[in-house]
Amino acid sequence: MHEMALCESVLQVLESEARKQGFERIRTVWLEIGELANVEISAMAFSFDVVSRNSLADGSALEIIRVPGTAWCMQCGKTVSIQQRFDACPECGSYQLQVTAGEEMRIKELEVE
Amino acid sequence: MCTVCGCGEGESRIEGQHEHAHHEHGHAHPPSHDHPHRHEQDLNYSKGPARAHAPGMDPSRMVAIEQDILGKNNQYADANRARFAQLGVLALNLVSSPGSGKTTLLTRTLTDLNGQFPLAVIEGDQETTQDAERIRATGVEAIQINTGKGCHLDAHQVGHAAQHLSLAEGCVLMIENVGNLVCPAAFDLGEQHKVAILSITEGEDKPIKYPDMFQAAGLLLLNKIDLLPHLQFDIDRCTDYARRVNPGIQIIQLSATSGAGMEQWYQWLRLQRESRLIGRQNTAEASLQEARR
Repeated sequence: MHEMALCESVLQVLESEARKQGFERIRTVWLEIGELANVEISAMAFSFDVVSRNSLADGSALEIIRVPGTAWCMQCGKTVSIQQRFDACPECGSYQLQVTAGEEMRIKELEVE
Repeated sequence: MCTVCGCGEGESRIEGQHEHAHHEHGHAHPPSHDHPHRHEQDLNYSKGPARAHAPGMDPSRMVAIEQDILGKNNQYADANRARFAQLGVLALNLVSSPGSGKTTLLTRTLTDLNGQFPLAVIEGDQETTQDAERIRATGVEAIQINTGKGCHLDAHQVGHAAQHLSLAEGCVLMIENVGNLVCPAAFDLGEQHKVAILSITEGEDKPIKYPDMFQAAGLLLLNKIDLLPHLQFDIDRCTDYARRVNPGIQIIQLSATSGAGMEQWYQWLRLQRESRLIGRQNTAEASLQEARR
């Protein structure tokens, strides 16, 4: 359940941004979560509800932007799309892949008041 | 709340401390993130989402954040890494599922290597100080972190725990993470390498079941190989799976009970430790020559 820890980190960032950028309430939080990131979206949503209770984000909506997984195939010399870390290259079957996207865990933007 | 770095909530405890007491802050804390964010100016527009509302009618606005969720942990990890480098300490993050024989492997390693070079241990468990006591019985300095409900160590806890250890130059610091193949993969502690321990009683498909961990690890120790005659464990398949998720991973087969393969692991440790020190000697010599000029 590291989603709980991730949500606590999100809330920490929100609180510090609220001080810096001068807002008091958050309506919507957009997170960018890569498809290869080790994050369970439903657990994230559940944890966020719990963690944000009685905070400036209480009752806010959590929107998740999924980023597809891509990797650089060293055999083909090009970027290919993958669904999981241990996928083979869809073109040549090699496992010599370097993940290039899909590991993101970022706070993208907020709708605040 | 800690007034120095803002920490303190949660249930984690460092052994011997009831409260999160800070008397000295020897390690460098990451700089407070107070510089203006570069996106602030261009994206901080005072309109509702999708411009559905006339300006002034709706007080809501969009704020671009663009920060890594683990950004704060990574700042602490960077500070730990810098400190370990400065001290000439090789820090390793030992990760595995519970019951892989991690603590047994560690105590054997410490018993065999104690006296050859300085050693220290940070023990992470949800509860109890039993493991740290097992370690201290080998004569090696150890400190326990109890994470409470936490399922992993984070860089902030490790930074504080490290303050309680006398980390001499050339020391190998073993950080035994909470037994869990999922969460510790995401949390950088400032270590030089993650070392994954997988016992052959666990099943050969662990590397693809928990790919993030095996992707993050630089070395895989396949433990309990003395049990191979009694099990149906396909070592080749397991190593093949591990290399699928991480083509660069090094793999050593060993048994902490019989001692088979342990020498290879020690050799790996000595080489990592020496390479850390070679850099330091070069730096020291260079600055000496600089001074002589």
